[in-house]
Amino acid sequence: MNAEPRLLEVRKNVLKQNDVTARALRDRFRAQGTFVVSLVSSPGAGKTAFLEKTLALFQRDYRVAALVGDLATENDALRLARSGAPVKQITTGTICHLDATMVERTLDGWHTGQLDLLFIENVGNLVCPASYDLGENLRLVLLSVTEGEDKPLKYPTIFNSADAAVITKIDLAAAVEFDERAAHANIQAVRPGMHVFKVSAKTNEGLEGYLQWIAEMSSDLLGKRDTVDANIQGCI
Amino acid sequence: MHELSIAMSIVEMAQEEAECRSVQVDAVYLDLGMLSGVVKEALLFSYEVACCGTLLQGSRLMVNEIPIETFCPACNAAKRLPSINWFCCPDCGTPTPEVIHGKELMITALELKQ
Repeated sequence: MNAEPRLLEVRKNVLKQNDVTARALRDRFRAQGTFVVSLVSSPGAGKTAFLEKTLALFQRDYRVAALVGDLATENDALRLARSGAPVKQITTGTICHLDATMVERTLDGWHTGQLDLLFIENVGNLVCPASYDLGENLRLVLLSVTEGEDKPLKYPTIFNSADAAVITKIDLAAAVEFDERAAHANIQAVRPGMHVFKVSAKTNEGLEGYLQWIAEMSSDLLGKRDTVDANIQGCI
Repeated sequence: MHELSIAMSIVEMAQEEAECRSVQVDAVYLDLGMLSGVVKEALLFSYEVACCGTLLQGSRLMVNEIPIETFCPACNAAKRLPSINWFCCPDCGTPTPEVIHGKELMITALELKQ
């Protein structure tokens, strides 16, 4: 005779520890007046080149820094450090994503002084980073024109978890016959209403709108900076 | 493949609960949202590995998959989405960015040894 299973009800969020740490980070960033933006994409989508430009351009008006995740090398941090901004590498070993504890641990031993904008570049991976809150204010998902227009449909979870999509390497669009309209429709299918930026870190195309959007999104915390437009235009 | 670290967290949390209540566990029940970013098959495989050498060795992971439910502003109602990559109301076609269910990753119950 089969007895009914004896069930003990519990309600425990499996990612509670990460979520608690991420919440504490978010509070700490707000108290310090630091606005945090994270970047996720597949490997090779151009996160580092995009971030290199971002740091260089924002540095004129903001105190900026970057944390960059990588499985095995410090190459990205070395590249980004050329911008002159403080940069720190998180080498994850075999772990395929950053989590809030890694961010917290890295920040604790890092004396950057007061920061306005902190950028966190995740490990190149469109699957695992979706589950982990890093305490960021905005999450950007990058998609390069060479990857194909249907990436959002193949990785809906990460696209749905992001606040904006950035289509990179737009200077190569014609060469690879990138269908911009299809890409846009696919992004909107998995995250209706999401902002989409089309940029080239090589030619600077489209960077202005993206920088202005970040400036606007962070203005509640950092205040409106009137000089940002002029300086960005001057640089581009 | 982050399912192994997720499985290890599940085992750790269930073990803590079992020790705290002085019970033995036969199965762990989990709500798993389709938008949680965790793959059921990979999680089930990882769970067995994560249980090795713990109080939960030999226990089962019972996964209850939670479909995606969004709010349709036109119908003014919650709607279950038939697909993970089409966030529109299945009845009227209005875009539905607001997710109500589907991100769950939650232990809901422990089945105790008889």
